[in-house]
Parts: sequence; C-alpha cells; structure tokens
Amino acid sequence: MNIKSIRSQFPILEQKIHGKPLVYFDNGATTQKPLSVIQRINDYYARENANIHRGVHTLSQEATTAYENARTMIQNYLGAKENHEILFTKGTTDGINLVAFSFGELLKAEDEIIISAMEHHSNIVPWQMLCERKGCKLRIIPMDEKGDLVLDTYDSLLSNKTKLVAVTHISNALGTVNDVEHIIKKAHAVGAKVLIDGAQSIQHIQVNVQELDCDFYAFSGHKLFGPTGIGVLYGKEEILNLMPPYQGGGDMIKEVTLEKTTYNSLPHKFEAGTPNIAGGIGLGTAFEFLNSLDMKEVVKHEQELLEYATSELEKIEGIKFYGQAKVKTSVISFLIEGLHPYDVGTLLDKMGIAVRTGHHCTQPIMNQFCIPGTIRASFAFYNTKGEIDVFIKALNRIIPMLKN
Amino acid sequence: MSITEKEQEIIEEFALYDDWMDKYEYIIELGKELPIIEEQYKTKDRLIKGCQSQVWLHADCKNNKMTFSADSDAIITKGIIALLIRVVNNESPADVARSDFQFIKEIGLQEHLSPTRSNGLVSMVKEMKLNALKAVK
Ligand SMILES: Cc1ncc(COP(=O)(O)O)c(C=O)c1O
Repeated sequence: MNIKSIRSQFPILEQKIHGKPLVYFDNGATTQKPLSVIQRINDYYARENANIHRGVHTLSQEATTAYENARTMIQNYLGAKENHEILFTKGTTDGINLVAFSFGELLKAEDEIIISAMEHHSNIVPWQMLCERKGCKLRIIPMDEKGDLVLDTYDSLLSNKTKLVAVTHISNALGTVNDVEHIIKKAHAVGAKVLIDGAQSIQHIQVNVQELDCDFYAFSGHKLFGPTGIGVLYGKEEILNLMPPYQGGGDMIKEVTLEKTTYNSLPHKFEAGTPNIAGGIGLGTAFEFLNSLDMKEVVKHEQELLEYATSELEKIEGIKFYGQAKVKTSVISFLIEGLHPYDVGTLLDKMGIAVRTGHHCTQPIMNQFCIPGTIRASFAFYNTKGEIDVFIKALNRIIPMLKN
Repeated sequence: MSITEKEQEIIEEFALYDDWMDKYEYIIELGKELPIIEEQYKTKDRLIKGCQSQVWLHADCKNNKMTFSADSDAIITKGIIALLIRVVNNESPADVARSDFQFIKEIGLQEHLSPTRSNGLVSMVKEMKLNALKAVK
C-alpha cells in the first residue's frame, strides 16, 4: 500500500496544529475525508442541486439519479440483495432508533432484547426507551476482563422470548471484533432478529451483509471517510415490510387524504422528508474510494500499526491497556499510572496529536473496569509508524511533566 | 491589588512563555502548588462533575472577603483553578460576582473554559459567582 499517495488524497493531513504537523489518531470518533468526497459535495451544490424524487425538470432528475446511484453503490459494496434494503439515515444512532421504534412496535410486554456490556450509548439507550414503552426486558451479554464477550452466557440468555439481539460488530472503546457470525446464527435458531452496530467496522474490515445474514446493519458515513449527517440502515426486505414507518411526512407516502394515508414502498417508507441529498451522494463517493482500496492491504497495514504502537507503548512505565481481545482492530485504550487522561490529552494536543480521552460514550465499560475513562488512539490506514514515533516521543516528554 | 491588577500580573507572567509546553509546565506547577482543599470539604455536595475531569469547590466569606479552596483530579484543571482563585481570593463578594475572568482568554487558555470541554471548570466559575452573589450584602 502506497501510504504517501493515499495521504496526499486527504488534504487535512497537511494541517499544522499549534505549529506542529497534525497527527490524527482519533479515527474512532470520525475519519478524515478524501478530496474526491469533498469535491463531489462541492460539485453537487455547484452544479446539480435540486430536490429529488419530485421534479420533472432536468436538475431534479439528475440529482435523483446521483442519489439513487449512491444507494446502489452501497448495496453492491455491502452485498445486499436489494437496493431498497439500503435506507439512508442520519447515522448509526438514527438507524438504531428507527429499528427500536418501528421494529419495537411489533413487540409486546415480556419480549426480550439482548445487548452486550460493551455497547456504545446509542446501542443501549434506544432499547431502554423501548423497554419502558413496551414493557420488554433487556438482557446483557457480559464481557470478560480482556474485553471479549462471554458467549457461553449469551447462548444461555437466548430463549423463545428473545425477539432481538443488538450488538456491536467492533467495540469503539476497546477495538474488540465480536464473533457476530456466532451471535447471528444462535439468535436465528430461536427465531430472534439481529441488529449489528457497524459504526466501527466497514472502515476496517470487509463486510458482506448477506454472508453475515444479519437482519439489520447500521453505520455512519462520517466514520468511513464520508460526510457527517448521513448513514445507512440495511434491513432485510421482508422484515422492513412488516415494520410500520418511523416518521411521517413527504416522500414516504403513496396517497394522502385527510382521513387516511397509504405508505410508499421501500426504501421511501422509511425516508420521510427531503433527505440529506449531498450527504448521500458524498457517501456514495466515499464507498467508491473504499472500493479503490485493497481491504486486505488495509487490514495488514492497520494491524502493523496496532502491533507497533502496542509494543512501543509497552515500554512506558506504569502503562495499562484496556481491551486485549483475541481479535482487535487498530484501537488502543490505555492509562498511565498517576496521570489523568484530560492532562495527557491536553498536552498531546499542544504537540499536534489528536487522541480521544474520556469514556468514549461507553460508560458501562468504564464502570466494569472501575475507571473514569481512558486515552484512546485509533488508527486509520493513512496513519504511519512515523506518526506513532512522534506520539511516543510526545508521551515521553509529557510523563515527567505530569508526574509528581 | 485589585482583581484587574492581579489579572494584569498573570498576563505579564504568561507573556514570558512563547512555547505552549512551557506555558503548560507553569500551569502544572501552579496546580501542584495549589493548597489542597481540606478533606472535610471534599464532599459530594461540593463536587462538580465534568465529563472529563471533576472539581471540588469550597467557598467562604468573612469580613466581606471571599476565600475559595478547590481541587481537581486533573492537574491542568487544577492549575487553571489556581489562577482563578488567585484573582478572586480576598476580594469582596460584589467584585467576585462581577468578574468575568477575561484574562484566561488573554493567556490563551479559553478552551478550558469552553462549555463543550466538560471538565467542570465552567460550572466551577458559575458556582464561585453564585457563592459570591449569596454573600453580597
Ligand atoms: C460503536 C458505535 N456505535 C454507535 C456510534 C454512534 O455513531 P453516530 O454518533 O455517528 O450516530 C458510534 C460512534 O462513536 C460507535 O463508535
């Protein structure tokens, strides 16, 4: 993989922060955008902007075509059977909330939903709200001290009461890659549906929704080199057809009288109102960009970064890692004895290095480890060993400053 | 010295540093030197919880002069607290309630007082002024 040529496609990586070259290690929060995505959005507003699905004029038709082509691009990349199984959303959170509401309408009291102990808040709170609304029960797959899910317990949680299992593919705080194949197979065996939170996946590994056989797969565009405010919920056609709409408005209807409305077909039934057209088109371009990469090379490079950074960090006295799962992506969560993450993050920033500090929207994980938060470095394929050297050097400068 | 004079003094001290790391080295020193709040005051009702760091604040008013003591789990937060306290300690409640801590901006530390930073400092400043307002005669 030619990192230099890849980096040259990401203009922000040339930035200086406080006079220092930017070292961007906060890819778990959001990724940077390649020029092709930035230009595509720009071109859309400069030359094609019109509302879609509702005009006979040329621009409206061109914008509709571009938006629908993006949908097809994403369908092909994810290996979905139908193009209308790709629903545009605002992001992962929005997709999960859609399922929690619309699929949730099919549930009744005493039905059970299973999530895991390593979920992002956006894959916890919507289910808690659903349980409040419908009287369903929430069950939790525990996590061991390495950051792996305890799948034996999962198997024993499943029963004919289980209606939905919602777990993350990859943990944003720990990097754990969950055995979702196992989770999906076992859930289907008791007749439950499965939602996979894919917010941290597609940017790191190849995902094929039909091979996984998941029922829903939710992710955000901004974490895979696309724009913010756009994401995708994949859902199997037959389940989406059973679900009532999430929001009412324009575009999602077939016929409206003041007494009664009939709903449009998929995907429009779940896409009320004027969508984020530029975002959808930009996301299509982000998938084109992903398509231009060799995912095997990406995985190899990111694993090298993970191993190199881990072995360099291990040399630091008093370091403790959180998340040492069997299979991990390029995320390192750690603490250094006696140092507060806020202090470390503040000083790294002054040296041009962007990391995340805090609980990463996964307070239950932090509670399990009895810590308020961690320092998290999360790498993308455009990061380099040279940047890791800068990071380690910066840490070695900071530590004596902060230690008493 | 008035609040404004104390603020001016701090601005001049910070003018000596043109490198960020030197500036922070100084803030960290201040944090380490901040007289620790007495254990008896480190109670839940004096805890200001931020998302990133936490702050304890204790305020007192005697003879129309405010005194503050505080602590934080993060040392940089503590250093900034030391600066804030230095400016308003032994000032009248009315003056404390009026102060806007503009000097923090002048020395380039306003990011720590941004509401989105969630380190407990914004709430601490509010709490300081509230305590002062309560003590205004
Ligand atoms: C695992 C996981 N799930 C869900 C989300 C929420 O994504 P968004 O805020 O883009 O909706 C994130 C983002 O941090 C995440 O990492």
